[in-house]
Amino acid sequence: MAQKPRRTSAVEKKLVGVADVVITAAQRRKDPTLAIPVRSLSNVTFNQRNGLIEMGKRKQARSFFNVGMAKKFMQTVLVADALCELQRANLTTSLREIYYRTKHTIKNSHENTLDTQDESDPLIEDLEVTLAALREELHVRAENAGSVVGPLVLVDDGDRVDCAKLGKGGYSVPSIVEPEYLQITRCTADFVLLVEKGTQWNRLSEDKFWRTYNCILLTGNGQPPRGVRRLARRLHEEKRLPVYVLVDNDPWGYYIYSVIKQGSINLAFESQRMAIPKAKFIGLSSGDPESYGLPRNVGIKLNDKDIARARELLAYTWFQKKSWQEEIKRMLSSGLKYELDALANKDFQYLTKQYLPRKLKEKDWLD
Amino acid sequence: MGLCLYGDMRKLNPSKTSPPATPPKPAVSAVEMGARQRDISVSEFFTKNRHLLGFDNPRKALLTCVKEAVDNALDACEEAGILPDVVVKVEAVANGEPPLPPSQASRFRITVTDNGPGIIRQQIPPIFAKLLYGSKFHRLRMSRGQQGMGISAAGMYGQLTTGKPVQIISRTSARAPAHYFEVQIDTKKNEPLILEKKQIAWESQRGTQVTMEVEGRYQKGRASVDEYIEQTIIANPHARLTYLTPEGETKEHPRTYPQLPPSPREIKPHPYGIELGMLLKMLQDTKSHWLSGFLAGDFSRVSPRLAEDICKAAGLSPRARPRDVHGQAAETLYKAIQSTKIMAPPTNCLSPIGEKAILSGLYQQIKGDFYTAASRPPAVYRGNPFVIEAGLAYGRGPEQGQESQEKQAMPLAEGEQQQDDNELARVIRYANRVPLLYQQSACAIFKAVLDTGWRNYGVSQSRGALPSGPMVIFVHMASVWVPFTSESKEAIADYDEIRKEITLALRECGRRLGAFLSRRERADSEHRRRNIFELYIEEVVESCNRLKGGRLPTAKLKEQLQKMALARTGGEKTDELLGKNGGGPEGLPHSIIVTSEGVEGEVPALIGEAPEGAVSSNGAPEEEEKTAKPSRRTGKTRRRRGGKQRTAGKPTTRAVRRKA
Repeated sequence: MAQKPRRTSAVEKKLVGVADVVITAAQRRKDPTLAIPVRSLSNVTFNQRNGLIEMGKRKQARSFFNVGMAKKFMQTVLVADALCELQRANLTTSLREIYYRTKHTIKNSHENTLDTQDESDPLIEDLEVTLAALREELHVRAENAGSVVGPLVLVDDGDRVDCAKLGKGGYSVPSIVEPEYLQITRCTADFVLLVEKGTQWNRLSEDKFWRTYNCILLTGNGQPPRGVRRLARRLHEEKRLPVYVLVDNDPWGYYIYSVIKQGSINLAFESQRMAIPKAKFIGLSSGDPESYGLPRNVGIKLNDKDIARARELLAYTWFQKKSWQEEIKRMLSSGLKYELDALANKDFQYLTKQYLPRKLKEKDWLD
Repeated sequence: MGLCLYGDMRKLNPSKTSPPATPPKPAVSAVEMGARQRDISVSEFFTKNRHLLGFDNPRKALLTCVKEAVDNALDACEEAGILPDVVVKVEAVANGEPPLPPSQASRFRITVTDNGPGIIRQQIPPIFAKLLYGSKFHRLRMSRGQQGMGISAAGMYGQLTTGKPVQIISRTSARAPAHYFEVQIDTKKNEPLILEKKQIAWESQRGTQVTMEVEGRYQKGRASVDEYIEQTIIANPHARLTYLTPEGETKEHPRTYPQLPPSPREIKPHPYGIELGMLLKMLQDTKSHWLSGFLAGDFSRVSPRLAEDICKAAGLSPRARPRDVHGQAAETLYKAIQSTKIMAPPTNCLSPIGEKAILSGLYQQIKGDFYTAASRPPAVYRGNPFVIEAGLAYGRGPEQGQESQEKQAMPLAEGEQQQDDNELARVIRYANRVPLLYQQSACAIFKAVLDTGWRNYGVSQSRGALPSGPMVIFVHMASVWVPFTSESKEAIADYDEIRKEITLALRECGRRLGAFLSRRERADSEHRRRNIFELYIEEVVESCNRLKGGRLPTAKLKEQLQKMALARTGGEKTDELLGKNGGGPEGLPHSIIVTSEGVEGEVPALIGEAPEGAVSSNGAPEEEEKTAKPSRRTGKTRRRRGGKQRTAGKPTTRAVRRKA
C-alpha cells in the first residue's frame, strides 16, 4: 500500500500525456496524432529464449483531422480522461462503467459520444498498449470470474483468507491481485492445478483432491481472466510452484493453455507479467482416449471452425515443438475432440481417482 | 352488356329430364321445369350480388355511395363547363334510438350538393332509380362514370337497407323552379317509382342535391370516406369541395387550380378496339347504305379510301349493304380490319389532369420536401386511347423535419435507432380522376410500382415490395374506357400497353427524385464533414482540460484546432457551396423542392395570395376565382415565394391574381 501513490501518479502522468499530445500538436499547427501499437498476429513475435509472446514495433497513427478517425480520436481522449479521473479518485471500476461514464450527447447535436460498449472496450486496450500500463494499473477490473481452493493463506484488504477453510466453494479470485491489493502470506502446496471448467474444479474440490495431493486448485471458467492468470503467475514466481493446466481436448483448450504459458496476441505486452512459460499441459491430450480407454462415442466430431482453428495453431511459432505438432495433428487425424466431462463416462470420480493420479505418477504432460 | 339472365341452366340439358331405364319417379318433369323459367331483372340480380357494385360491407358501402354521388356531380359540372363546387355531408342517423357516436352508428344520411347544370324534371326519376340508365355508356368520351349504374345502385342499396327513398332537388337555372323528388326503384321491373314530387323553394340558383339514407359504418383510415375526399382533391384541384364529416367538422378544400380541364371530345370507336360481335351489331345498326360508308362513318381514323382498301382486302364490295354482311363475310371483314394499318385513335377525347395541376394537388394535400409530376404522351390499348400521368411527393416536409430534429435532441439510448424508417410508400391510384381505394394489389398501377427499380433512384426497396420511405406515388389513367377488373371499379386490368406506360411515367418521376436525393445527399455529406470536426473539437478540448486538471487555456486551444479544421475542409469555398443548400430544381422539370428556407420550382401560386414583385409571365392575369384560403399550412408565408419561372408549357393555364 505504501508505494501506491507514486505508482498511480506515474500512470496519471501517462494519461495526462494524451492531452499534451493534443496541446503541443495544436501549438505547432500539426494534426494531433496518437501512435498506437498494432494489436494483431502480424505484430507479435515469439521470443524463444524467454518463451514469451512479445509485441513488435509496428504502430498505427490515430489522427484527429481525418474524417474516418476523428470520432475514435475524440473517444480515446474521453476514455483517457475517465481513466485519469479514476486514478485521481483512487477507485477501480469495470469496462462497462467506463462506457457509461464516457457516454453523453455531444453539445449542439444529437450524436452520442459512444453508442455501445463495443466502441469503448478496444479503446481501453489501445490505451493500455500505447501507455504501456496494465489494465490493473489503470484501475479497470473484470468480474471476479475465478475460484481458488487449497493450502493457501491470503490477505485481501486486510482480511485473512485461508483457502483451505472455505468449503467446496473456495475463494473468488478478484480481478486485481497485485501485491498491494492481495498478499500471499502462506503457501504449503506442491503445485498449482489450473482447470478450464468449473465442473471439474467442483469435482476436484468436492473430492478434496487438493488435500490428498497437496495442491492449489484454480479455475477461470473458460479462458481464465487476468486475475486468475496473474495469481497463478505469482504462485509460480513467488512460491516456485509448478503449474499444470487441465483443459478440454480441442483447439480452444490448446489455446487457453498457450495463453497461460506464453501470453495472448491481443495484449502481448502483458506477457511479461502474466505468462508462465514453464506451465505444463496435463490434459486432455489427444492420446488420452486411447491410453485411458475412452470409447469413441463420447468424442465429438470436429467442425469446420475447429479444424480451421487447429490449423492456425499448427502455424503459430510457439506451437512448433515436435511434441505439440504431433499432439494437434493426432487430434486432426482422429477427427474428434473430447470434453473433460467425457471422463464421467467411466465413473463420476474417474478424474479424481484414476485420471489425474495416473497422469501425475507417469509425469505424462506436455511442455 | 346483354342483360337477359336465365336462372336455370338445366334447360340446356334436356337429356337430364328423361332418365334411362328404371326411373323411380321423375322428380320434376320438363314441363314443370319449363314453367319455372323466367326473366331476371337487373335490379333483382344486383340486389343479390351487391358486392359486384362495391357494397360488400357497410364501411365500403358508405364510401361507394359518397363516391358515386360525388363522381356524378363532378362529371355533370365539367360537362357543362362549370367549375365544380361540391358539398358533401355525411351524418349519422339515430333511427329512433338514442344517438350514437359516428364511429358506432350504423345508419348514415349522405347529402351531396353541386352547382352543376341541374337535371330536367322528366329525367330525374330514371337517372336515380333505374339501373343502367345514363348518358355515358354508349359514347366514347372520358368521364368518371361509365355504365350508368352507380348512383341508382347506391339508391337501391339505401332502399334495401333502410327502406328510405332517394331524395333529389334539382334546378336548371335561376328562372326555372326547383323540383323535389322522392324516388325508389321497382326492383322487379327496374323502373323508377315516384313517391313524391313537388316544386319547392331552394336557395341555390342551379344545381342538384341528392340525399340518401344508407346502412354503413364510418371509420377513418385506409379506404375511408375521408381518404376518398382527400385523394379526390389531389386529382381535381379545379374543384372546390366542402366536406361535413359525421363528427361535425367542416373540411374546406379550396380550389387551387383555377381552370376547368379541357372538355374531352366524344369519339367513334377505333376499328382495332372492337370485337367480332360488336362489329356484327354495328353492321346491323348502322344508318349507312354502303359498307364503305359504314366503315368510314362509324369508326374513327378510317378515311373513305382506307374503307375501300379494307373492303378490297376482305373481298367484299364497298357497295354491299352492311346489313347483308354476316357470317363468314363478317369474319373476313373483321380480319381484314385487324390486318390493315390504321392510324391511332384521336386523343382529344382525353382530358389528362396535367403536370401542373398534379403538382398543385400534391403540394396542397401532402407534406413533403420534393414533388414532381410527369405526363406520358397518349397511347392506345385495344383501340382505346389513354394517357398515363404519374406524380411523386417525397419527404416529411421541413416542418416535420424540424420536429423530428427536436425529438432527436433527446439523446438516444443503446440499441435505439436514429430513425425508424421502415414506412412504405403509399400508392394513390386514379382512373379518370376518380381515386381507386380497394384491391390495390390487383391493379396494374400497383404492379408497375412494384416492378420499378426504385433502388436506382436512391430509394430503398425490398424484393417484391413497395419502395420504403416517406413517399406518395400518384398514378392516373385517363381513357375513354378504363378497363376495370370488376363492375365496382377498384382496380385497372393489367394490359401490357398500360403497364408499359405506367412504368415509363414512374421511371421519369423516379429519375427526378434520384437527382434530387443525390444532390441533397452531396450537400449533406459536405456539411457533415465540416460538422464532425467542429463537434468533436469541443469534446476533445473539454477532455484535455479535465486531464490537465482544469488549468488549460481552452479558448486558445479551441481556436487553434478550429483554424486547422477550417483549412482542412476547404474553408470558405465549402461555405459557398453549402450556401446553396440543396440546389434549385434546374434540370428537374415540373418539380417543387421545399426546404426550411423556402420553396423552389413551379410552386402553384395560391389564388389570392401571391409573392409581391413577381411578374406574371403571361401578362394580364385572367379574372378568376374568388379568394380561397389554402387548407393546410397556416402562417407559413415564406413558402409562398418563388414561382417566377412559370413560362414554359401552357402559357394560358395559370390564372393568378397577383396583388393582394
